[in-house]
Amino acid sequence: MAAARTTLLGRPISPLTARRLASFRANRRGFWSLWIFLALFGVSLAAEIVANDRPLLVRYEGAFYYPVLVDYPEATFGGFLPTTDYRDPNVRSEIEAKGWILWPLIPYSYDTINFDLKVPAPAPPSGENWLGTDDQGRDVVARLIYGFRISVLFGLTLTLLSSVVGIAAGAVQGYFGGLLDLLFQRFIEIWSGLPVLYLLIILASIVEPNFWWLLSLMLLFSWMSLVGVVRAEFLRARNFDYVRAARALGVGDTTIMVRHVLPNAMVATLTFMPFILNGSITTLTSLDFLGFGLPPGSASLGELLSQGKANLQAPWLGLTAFAVLALMLSLLIFVGEAVRDAFDPRKTVR
Amino acid sequence: MALLEVRDLTVTFGEGEKAVAAVQGVSFALERGETLAIVGESGSGKSVTALSILQLLPYPVAAHGKASSIRFDGQELIGAAPSVLQQVRGGRIGMVFQEPMTSLNPLHTVARQIGETLLLHKGLAGAAARARTLELLALVGLQDAANRLDAYPHQLSGGQRQRVMIAMALATEPDMLIADEPTTAVDVTIQAQLLKLLRDLQARFGMALLLITHDLGIVRNMARRVLVMTRGEVVEEGPVEEVFRRPRHPYTQRLLAAEPKGDPLPPSPQAPEVMRADAVKVWFPIRRGVMRRTVGHIKAVDGVSVAVREGHTVGVVGESGSGKTTLGLALLRLTRSEGRIAFLGRPIDGLGWRELRPLRRAMQIVFQDPYGSLSPRMSVADIVAEGLGVHRLARDRAESRRMIEAALTEVGLDPASAGRYPHEFSGGQRQRIAIARALILKPSFVVLDEPTSALDMSVQAQIVDLLRDLQSRHRLAYLFISHDLKVVRALADEVLVMRDGKVVESGPSAQIFDAPREDYTKALMAAALRLEAVDTGAVRS
Repeated sequence: MAAARTTLLGRPISPLTARRLASFRANRRGFWSLWIFLALFGVSLAAEIVANDRPLLVRYEGAFYYPVLVDYPEATFGGFLPTTDYRDPNVRSEIEAKGWILWPLIPYSYDTINFDLKVPAPAPPSGENWLGTDDQGRDVVARLIYGFRISVLFGLTLTLLSSVVGIAAGAVQGYFGGLLDLLFQRFIEIWSGLPVLYLLIILASIVEPNFWWLLSLMLLFSWMSLVGVVRAEFLRARNFDYVRAARALGVGDTTIMVRHVLPNAMVATLTFMPFILNGSITTLTSLDFLGFGLPPGSASLGELLSQGKANLQAPWLGLTAFAVLALMLSLLIFVGEAVRDAFDPRKTVR
Repeated sequence: MALLEVRDLTVTFGEGEKAVAAVQGVSFALERGETLAIVGESGSGKSVTALSILQLLPYPVAAHGKASSIRFDGQELIGAAPSVLQQVRGGRIGMVFQEPMTSLNPLHTVARQIGETLLLHKGLAGAAARARTLELLALVGLQDAANRLDAYPHQLSGGQRQRVMIAMALATEPDMLIADEPTTAVDVTIQAQLLKLLRDLQARFGMALLLITHDLGIVRNMARRVLVMTRGEVVEEGPVEEVFRRPRHPYTQRLLAAEPKGDPLPPSPQAPEVMRADAVKVWFPIRRGVMRRTVGHIKAVDGVSVAVREGHTVGVVGESGSGKTTLGLALLRLTRSEGRIAFLGRPIDGLGWRELRPLRRAMQIVFQDPYGSLSPRMSVADIVAEGLGVHRLARDRAESRRMIEAALTEVGLDPASAGRYPHEFSGGQRQRIAIARALILKPSFVVLDEPTSALDMSVQAQIVDLLRDLQSRHRLAYLFISHDLKVVRALADEVLVMRDGKVVESGPSAQIFDAPREDYTKALMAAALRLEAVDTGAVRS
């Protein structure tokens, strides 16, 4: 272990962390999955630049315009509408006559309808729409990029928030035990019996569900998955000698929980996390599939799936959605596996 | 021809550059009816030697050298066919392991565990096997054997489980018995009984006994010949008396000199009382039924009074489960208790956690297991400094670093090692870190909960010396909890003998050790210091 790196990004790290990093790198599959996932996620974060129905840069009458960043009224380019539709053939020929247009790689946004289709929608893959269009004439690649982003962001946010709540709840129960633990456990049993799907359907009939509504409603129920493992770790660790030693030193409960017991629970938590993340993504997808998810028109993988089901004559819809979902979930599981192994103290780096 | 002949045994784990040689060129012979002891500290390769005789190592990760040979009754065992080995294992060579809880299958009854051996090697089944099992259990002195046939391991005590293990090993009347630290996991009184049993059985059946131990007392008591191992090599071999009287190899000399020695510091009678407890009770309620009614109490500590004076050590001895540790925790108010406890003249039994906090600086504890008592995720400096932060003892970083370095130097560690992590240290060094963590707060009262039990013999002596040295320098008051009476004799001014939560006998150390009054104390002393089992009924079997 003498050769192990003891700094990461210029910051010194403990030998334990160094060993874990080495063990993570040693897992080739997980290591590459992480990079591929980060690359995909990076591309999707920049979706507005990669796939958009507004040009990146316009040169018109000797001046530069940035339509991706700024809304220009059509009057700028000799028209009369309050906003400019750059895909309008009139606008396009006007600009190209007096300058030039730099388009993104995919000149469609998730909600851009391609009115120039030569065949009725859904159109099959072509040079213009790489993966075809859906039944409303929207480009599938553009919808995938935006849908991937919203799925991953939803999954990450939900995982993060529910982990924080779950760890806190589990820690308090396990560390203090006794009556508090007993009452909390019974509460969780009742709470976990509530039918989540019905609540979502009821919600959908009252308000128009958006990203934040769905997130908060899912959070109400998803935090419980971690409570069990964290509680068990805290129950076990509160009788460790080094916890007792800290108590004998007069260290306060909060400090003991954070400094001495929580690191133990982190291994179990990290083991669970990839599954929670994947579960969150799958939940959002299935809600969208059923039509109780994000508002109509938003880019979502579940909506694409349901279009695939509705248009069996257009197999590219279902196949694309399936392939992207399978790829994303597998990559995350591989990364999760590698992280879990890296934190497993019984595994050694070979 | 000797029964067992081991020649040039080498064992390596792994291969290539990372190969670790666990045993190097060990040769010995064992005659029928003879007892040979292999003695050494942890990691010396003694257990690996024993396991390679039965070819029980994890092959092919473990490998023997080309010249290695283990001949049992003329039969070569290295590379022998599995069917031959199965006949030898359990059939002709029996083995008793250290930890009886984990070496018995928790889901099988006693009759089934022993019956399996009988079925495999003797073809006995049904009523015949049951009768033979009963016979064996009577032979190993398991009381009320008929009713214990259908008991599960968890229903038996440690000593009883080890008796069952021995009965299993004896089931096939083997020619040779390998006992790997057979008494490490049991109390001293039980240890004495088990050793006596092994001696009797060996004499009765004329078995050869290969005894593996780290305890020199057991070697002296049991074996005729001894093999001293360190770092995988045999450094000395010979008759026990000769090796003990005139050790030739420096390692053996060190091992023999390592028994905790010395006397407690001369007590001063005017020293003020630091900790005084009157009739301390720690009762855990037993709750039954739907309403969780309290039907009784487990009396872990039942009316114990103790007083510790400045610069003095009170030793608390007793078997496991006698309430020693609970008493220590109760004095430090780390567990709920009844009865008056006064620290430095101030009653602390009614104080809440917040009021106790400033007092915690002055009362500290050192735990038994140095592997469990240090958080593996914190550096040594962080571990030692934790108390400084709580009690705001250091004004700034520089002062805190100075204090950490001083504390580490005081316990005999290199201050430069402060940035390292606990797993990089040996057991003895870890225990020093734990002591430094307690000492940096300059306490006046320290509970030492078996601080030497998890350590090798030579390290034990060093820690005892360190504790005595620190006591004389800082006038510390110790409550020294241990089941190891040799260590207690080397440190304690007064001794408290506990059993089932009650004090059996207490008084000045010399009186307890030299002229014990109670039968129980006498039996404990005989078992611990002379490894003799006393049949007065004062101790459990």
